Amino acid sequence: MSAGTNQTGGTNSGLVKWIDSRLPVFSYLQKEYAEYQSPRNFNWFWNFGAILTFLLVMMIMSGIFLAMQYQPNTALAFDSVERIMRDVNFGWLLRYLHQNGATFFFIAIYIHMFRGMYYGSYKAPRELLWMLGVVILLLAMATAFMGYVLPWGQMSFWGATVITNLFSAVPLVGDSIVTLLWGGFSIDNPTLNRFFALHYLFPFLIFGVVVLHVIALHVSGSNNPLGVDPKGPQDTVSFHPYYTMKDSVGLAVFVTIMAAFVFFAPDFFGEPENYLEAAPLNTPAHIVPEWYFLPFFAILRSVDFDILFIEAKLGGVIAMFGAIFVLFVLPWLDKSPVRSAKFRPVYKWFFWIFLIDCVLLGYVGGKPTDAPVFGGVESFQIIHLGYITTFWYFAHFLIVLPLLGIFERPKPVPKSISEAVLGGGSSGAAATAKPMEKA
Amino acid sequence: MGIVSNLRLAAAATGLIAATMFVSTTAFGAGDVKDPDSQDWHFEGIFGTVDRAAAQRGLQVYLEVCSSCHGLKQVAYRNLTDLGFNEEEVKAIAAEFDVVDGPNDEGEMFDRSAIPSDKFVGPFPNNAAAQAANNGALPPDLSLQVKAHIGGPDYIYALLTGYTEAPADVEVPAGANYNPYFRGSLIAMAQPLWPDGVTYSDGTEATIDQMAWDVVNFMQWAAAPEMEERKKMGFKVVLFLIILSAILYAAKRKMWSNLDH
Repeated sequence: MSAGTNQTGGTNSGLVKWIDSRLPVFSYLQKEYAEYQSPRNFNWFWNFGAILTFLLVMMIMSGIFLAMQYQPNTALAFDSVERIMRDVNFGWLLRYLHQNGATFFFIAIYIHMFRGMYYGSYKAPRELLWMLGVVILLLAMATAFMGYVLPWGQMSFWGATVITNLFSAVPLVGDSIVTLLWGGFSIDNPTLNRFFALHYLFPFLIFGVVVLHVIALHVSGSNNPLGVDPKGPQDTVSFHPYYTMKDSVGLAVFVTIMAAFVFFAPDFFGEPENYLEAAPLNTPAHIVPEWYFLPFFAILRSVDFDILFIEAKLGGVIAMFGAIFVLFVLPWLDKSPVRSAKFRPVYKWFFWIFLIDCVLLGYVGGKPTDAPVFGGVESFQIIHLGYITTFWYFAHFLIVLPLLGIFERPKPVPKSISEAVLGGGSSGAAATAKPMEKA
Repeated sequence: MGIVSNLRLAAAATGLIAATMFVSTTAFGAGDVKDPDSQDWHFEGIFGTVDRAAAQRGLQVYLEVCSSCHGLKQVAYRNLTDLGFNEEEVKAIAAEFDVVDGPNDEGEMFDRSAIPSDKFVGPFPNNAAAQAANNGALPPDLSLQVKAHIGGPDYIYALLTGYTEAPADVEVPAGANYNPYFRGSLIAMAQPLWPDGVTYSDGTEATIDQMAWDVVNFMQWAAAPEMEERKKMGFKVVLFLIILSAILYAAKRKMWSNLDH
């Protein structure tokens, strides 16, 4: 790129230049979002970063307007949400967007993560990029959990009871942690107040970590479906207009699907019982968290036995948090030098088995532990499937991946992106690449 | 105050038990509940709307039957204009109820007739009074019942029409009633609907099925009064987004055709 005006997007505006020479926001955007060289071979799974950015902004915006009407008080909270639904102008739209937005945020974040796992996006030099993503997942879970408490329905209250009580399993300080979370000796008004305050804070923390995530991304550059680093300009295109255009398509399709739920089936993902106001003396028959927590909830419940001196309850909590923390060390558990599963014939299978395992965990988490699996025989209960799927979740990371790094024979990896994309492997890659017209 | 904090402790204890006893928490086996039949509701589907004639009759059923035990606290009388009542009719419906207002200039609370901006006046001043009058059972508020159950409309219709003789092996204790659609089969609510329990002004015959049908239509509107506006807007939004997606996709194809693939 030539110097001068192009650094600020080719503008001749004196004001833009004046500002840019003092605070280079325009040249930063130009460099990081327009000229930023991206591998030319992204598939549609590379849309989800942009989709998640959009959803985060949508959640913050709808949330701010909801907060203007919501009352964080146990006597008023439930009715204030209903007032939003009935009397606030387009309140039902804000509320349903926010409620379904959380669901679709997790759909997008899980697709984004499985994408990263399939194509080895967590491997050097992108370890920190991946770990920051796991931090975002953790923060998003905390935010969603606290947000779910705010409408003060039955599942809000009892979900909060179950989850906060988990911390009492921590040795020595467990009860103190629970008291601190509750702001007292039961889930009550102080709990609701602090959850509201933190629910408002956390999205901005997420935003901060997203900035770090993007900075880390732009240092190492994006991975791609081949897992091969770009070797030169023939392997890349500029982010704008090629990927801004492609992201717009993916975003529009994603938002279309989300809108169909918001307008036509807004309570599809919700738990009906949360339309009953919280009743501390009336325990629901079956307490279930929101669907996006179900796999982790299943892991929690599946450790229902003591392991040496660790009691079952603490064991379950360790396993549940361990299921997330194992993701932090994933870059060091997978020792294979090849990134993309395209060239890893064995890992590819294990990836799909792991994906199915996670779906089964979600199924387990949503059912009573003593129900027969898929309505089948009485002797094979949900808890048994829970043991198997929980074991496999950890075995995948702690046994399968390290062993594959040693024993798997990867297929030959193409020398460059343009060779694989353009040359069909036979002719010289760089020679067939036309000069870039727009890049 | 002492009692309240005791109750809270009890609640916290219940929570602790619930949290630690997951493995054994399934009080009800699958065979206990009869699945409701699926009905063909006017409000279903992306173009479904409120059947106003049915919902108006349902209001009558609510006012003459259900409201002796059940409140409807999220709905205001003024909302009834949605169902096709005019303002005079709404005023007349509201005026049949008294609300406590005040304090007045002398500092006294006073009774006055309800006006359209008031929420539906419930049968009991508070939950404790409701439980005292119902053998300890709390009749739930009906504003959101349709949304608070899986398959809400079908479930409530089945429940209202589903009272039968208990099978020989089920013992029905005093104060309970047998209904196979209710979780556990024993429900505190006695059969509320009987033939000709109300007299419809439009000449519709007030069978149990008809009254149950009408009141479910009314309760569906009460639970989701935004439904028609939501679906109407949704149709336009989704149609717009589909066209936008198609145009963006075409533009993307054109743009990327400059590059080799």
